Amino acid sequence: MQKLDEIQKRLLMEVADLHTVPEGAYNIRSNSEAAGRRSTANIEITSKTDVSGIDIRIKPGTKNESVHIPVVLTQTGLKEVVYNDFYIGEDSDVVIVAGCGIDNCGNQDAEHDGIHRFYVGKNAHVKYVEKHYGSGTGTGKRILNPGTEVYQEEGSVVEMEMVQIKGVDDTVRTTTAKLSAGAKLIVRERLMTHGAQRAISTYSVELNGRDSSADVVSRSVARDDSYQKFDAKIIGNAPCHGHTECDSIIMDNGRILAVPGLEANDIDAALVHEAAIGKIAGDQIIKLMTLGLNEAEAEEQIINGFLR
Amino acid sequence: MLELKNVSFTVNVDGTDKHIIKNMDLCVPNGKLIVITGPNGGGKSTTARLIAGIERATGGTITFNGMDITALSVTERAKLGIAFAFQQPVRFKGLNVLDLIRIAAGKHLNVADSCEYLSAVGLCARDYIDREINSSLSGGELKRIEIATVLARGASLSIFDEPEAGIDLWSFKNLIEVFERMRRDAKDRSIVIISHQERILSIADEIVVVKDGMIDRQGSRDEVFPELIRSSEVTAACSRQ
Repeated sequence: MQKLDEIQKRLLMEVADLHTVPEGAYNIRSNSEAAGRRSTANIEITSKTDVSGIDIRIKPGTKNESVHIPVVLTQTGLKEVVYNDFYIGEDSDVVIVAGCGIDNCGNQDAEHDGIHRFYVGKNAHVKYVEKHYGSGTGTGKRILNPGTEVYQEEGSVVEMEMVQIKGVDDTVRTTTAKLSAGAKLIVRERLMTHGAQRAISTYSVELNGRDSSADVVSRSVARDDSYQKFDAKIIGNAPCHGHTECDSIIMDNGRILAVPGLEANDIDAALVHEAAIGKIAGDQIIKLMTLGLNEAEAEEQIINGFLR
Repeated sequence: MLELKNVSFTVNVDGTDKHIIKNMDLCVPNGKLIVITGPNGGGKSTTARLIAGIERATGGTITFNGMDITALSVTERAKLGIAFAFQQPVRFKGLNVLDLIRIAAGKHLNVADSCEYLSAVGLCARDYIDREINSSLSGGELKRIEIATVLARGASLSIFDEPEAGIDLWSFKNLIEVFERMRRDAKDRSIVIISHQERILSIADEIVVVKDGMIDRQGSRDEVFPELIRSSEVTAACSRQ
């Protein structure tokens, strides 16, 4: 097992709010090596043998337990592709905290491509939190390309919270989901890009079962010369409800492309898309200035609230 | 004390100068409640915005407690103790009521203290403290939250731009109580209210009638109020709302 240095500990705190070893099951990956792992009576973590990555098996009926699987990278030039598969038993109710922090002080790119697959059993409830964070003064890029695949059985609920606020130079996020009858998917994405960063987020959600539903909401801020693309597609193949929303603030020379995509293949599919992009409203800044904030402080408050 | 001396505000519309405020002199002594009234489009709200610094005077000087604030920004004037309640409150996605009250108070108020300001405007604090200031709030709720933020500032000069507009299901009586309490609690603080409302005019120490960008009449409530009631200006303005 590898011992964590101070930078790695700081990254862990940023991406998983971890100050020490977490409660429950966990797997900490640092510079492509295991830095700690614990399985519990109900949650088993094992290494894959064919590719890099782990299998996480959660027994049916497991309630109120959590799994932490943070990843930290501090080696410049390191590129890795990791496959993590989650098998979530029927009727379980668990929290999964993933996340990746990269500190790149060197001149070569550091890249982590995490492919997460979720097989969610009947009536199971999963809350999945994924935070991305980058730091370091090197010229090498910090690159994160997460791929998420979700397969939801009947009556299951998946809530996903994806956060990337700082320091990641390049991201291509791809999320696909297939939902059976009565299943529900809720996605809350928060994104802020700076400098010359680029972030692309693509969703493709198939509502295949009767009364399945999806609510995909992205709130984002593009500053400086950064670029974002939000491409959310919901396909209704049964009587279902789907909603996507892209709500964005642009600043400086930031650019955002929002691509709505709705496909109804059933007469009882009800699908809605909303998108709004614009700069911070001048009257919002003036209102906060009348409360004693200067312009920069007012902007900060508005953005902090928006991305909360 | 706030003093406007020879203040003008001119905008250029399609190459022609439009004089919104013309050589206005106005004095708001400490501890007084002044109501500015007059016909719509006469320059009342512009006067209030010039005092807060949201619009900049194109001529004349504004002094506040002996300091020339004509060139100061909105933030600088706010820090000197000028608070402003907007006629049409602003919505914020993401910020909640507690955030706004804390920003207004300029310190990390605890929830109980924040609730006091909401209760003062007749909102059940428990139901509102976590509410986002977005389109889920009605115009009347937003207006009351706007007034609560001004109360939280505890400023030495508080300006309310048509506070009664859009106040729904909450009587004028309560609104008037808010102003009376403000006056009672801090005797050296001044309040300027832009209003057409007879009941608000009736609690003024002084009434200023602004018309065509100029002060048409000014004096104590007892001098000006009876004249206004006799004239059709107030009632005509009210009937338009």
